[in-house]
Amino acid sequence: MSVKTLVIDGKDVSGNDNQTVMEVARENGIRIPALCHLDGLTPVGACRMCVIEVKGLNKLLPACVTRIEEGMEVSTNSDRLQRYRRTILELLFSERNHICSVCVSNGHCDLQGLAARHGVTHVSVPYRYPSCPVDATHSRFILDHNRCILCTRCVRVCDEVEGAHTWDVMGRGIEARVITDLNQQWGTSGSCTSCSKCVHVCPTGALSEKGKSVAEMAKHREFLPYLKQMREDHR
Amino acid sequence: MSQTITIDPVSRIEGHAKITIELDEQKQVRDAHFHITQFRGFEKFCEGRPFTEMPSLMARICGICPVSHLVASAKACDAIMAVRIPETAAKLRRIMNLAQHIQSHALSFFHLSSPDLLLGMDSDPATRNIFGVMQAHPHLALDGIKLRKFGQQIIEWLGGKRIHPAWIVPGGVNEPLTEERRDQILAEIPGAMQIILRTLEWFKEASVKYTDEIRHFANFNTMFFGLVDEGGGLEMYDGVIRIVDAQGNVVADRLDPANYQDFIGEAVEPYSYLKSPYYKNVGYPEGIYRVGPLARLNIASHIGTPLAHKEWEEFRGPNKRVILSSFHYHLARLIEILYGIEMIEKLLNEPDILSDRVRAVAGPNSLEGIGVSEAPRGTLMHHYRIDKHGLITWANLIIATGHNNLAMNKGVLQVAKAYLKGTQPTEGMLNRVEAVIRCYDPCLSCSTHAVGHMPLVLQVRSHDGEILGETARK
Repeated sequence: MSVKTLVIDGKDVSGNDNQTVMEVARENGIRIPALCHLDGLTPVGACRMCVIEVKGLNKLLPACVTRIEEGMEVSTNSDRLQRYRRTILELLFSERNHICSVCVSNGHCDLQGLAARHGVTHVSVPYRYPSCPVDATHSRFILDHNRCILCTRCVRVCDEVEGAHTWDVMGRGIEARVITDLNQQWGTSGSCTSCSKCVHVCPTGALSEKGKSVAEMAKHREFLPYLKQMREDHR
Repeated sequence: MSQTITIDPVSRIEGHAKITIELDEQKQVRDAHFHITQFRGFEKFCEGRPFTEMPSLMARICGICPVSHLVASAKACDAIMAVRIPETAAKLRRIMNLAQHIQSHALSFFHLSSPDLLLGMDSDPATRNIFGVMQAHPHLALDGIKLRKFGQQIIEWLGGKRIHPAWIVPGGVNEPLTEERRDQILAEIPGAMQIILRTLEWFKEASVKYTDEIRHFANFNTMFFGLVDEGGGLEMYDGVIRIVDAQGNVVADRLDPANYQDFIGEAVEPYSYLKSPYYKNVGYPEGIYRVGPLARLNIASHIGTPLAHKEWEEFRGPNKRVILSSFHYHLARLIEILYGIEMIEKLLNEPDILSDRVRAVAGPNSLEGIGVSEAPRGTLMHHYRIDKHGLITWANLIIATGHNNLAMNKGVLQVAKAYLKGTQPTEGMLNRVEAVIRCYDPCLSCSTHAVGHMPLVLQVRSHDGEILGETARK
């Protein structure tokens, strides 16, 4: 393992060569926004909120899956990046039915929080208003596809941390949906252990606890880095 | 040739409406209709949503009285959960509901109706509004604003925000009341009390001027409908349905609100999106009844707080007669504000009001739930059905303004007959037609559960439907 030095937003920083730009930036107090990324889960670079500019490269790179390189010059917050991030958020809002005011996660939602931070006051693309069902068949939890942004945090936490792999993704593109087992009702899933990890890592109101009223679904994710550490220590 | 006069849009009400007055061949008023021209579809788009979302979802029907919808909806959800909510939770919901009544009644009386009452029905429409009142009677305008603030402030202190607080939830409320908040509210009570007492005194004297309006403003025989408590007293949150007739005879008493479909029918007329509920035992359209402040004071046998009870006794007179003119909705509203302030103080001083047992927790135990409470404008009914997993499959709402639909139509006809001279409506006549509607303080956006723009158009139509003339208030 060797140490590499680089520049992020004009600041000289360093990290181990197996670290990502996101990790090194965060260690140095530089905040790169992210939606699909969550400490404790394998990064997948799906949401593209963490895109960065690297000097000498024409394309934008997702900071969560880009390893640091010696001499890299990274910009995380240019006007262009801000604009792209706003557009990504607008597209996410337009894709499903995100009705914050009556959502269980109102006030506790990563998508809503990012939109507020990025000044998304309007959505400039037309809404799609898809007809999405709600799966309330599980005795304790609800899956609401209307609020899902396909970040796959639920899929990863169930597979990597709980080890059940109840969740997966079905379909392609705009038709993609998270599913339980072989696309059956959650309440009939044989693999689900009802551990609630998926509910708590979900960034929006797509997964929630039953009985929660509007704005009551606060998520608790402190368990995740801790669990991961415990697992590594045991190995 | 017969004609129709249309008032479109109707102004200074909550929502959007149109009035048409039909003249016969002798140019006499033949009929009048109050049209609600908007449609929203709340009952449809809530289908498939978890029932626990319903209070907040349904509260979005209205920004004036979200709390009323929260209360009725949460009660319907309590019924779905089949729970009896903790006493303290019921008291806290009551306080918020009363605060809602106070702020909404203050809005109706001071902001919307006082311009007519203070500046005159025939005064210049350019200044016949709350700003005109501020100039001519600054103290009264200030009182109105302060009183509304009192109600809104309580809602915010209890629920975290003034409009659409998410504090009332299925099973109770989601936060207990703190001692600090209770004392804050109690400290505001004397100020609000002074305002309502001096307003009552002023309005009782001032209403002498309006004998003509009192005679013609929907002054007719109907039944009156609403909730009363177990002892027959004024009730806003819970209780049983009582119906009295125009002579004060009790037509039906102790009806369980959950059986509303047994005694209320809902007729649909082609000219309006607003349904016309009627009392089934009498039939349609004779089963006309009124709800709201006037109805509540007419059906109650007493009021449970001393000052409001005294006003109520004076209002009903020594023979406890039933008050028929809808003009008196205004005074009834003021008496209810007084009751609200007294009752909030009483509830806040109860020993268990700070208890932290404020929420019953349960899943969907019943596949159907009905919640009925009194909103500022009258009896509000929410009725839901769910599937076994708790998702809404069907919803029906009867909103206070809906109950009053038949009476509003009849009221418009009466005013048109009394004040329309010839075929060209004067501005003062136009305003009186609107003012009779305003007596009911209709919330049209609520009652059709609608979106869109508001105000009133008055149309003159021939008997074959041709529009001969039209006046619109911009």
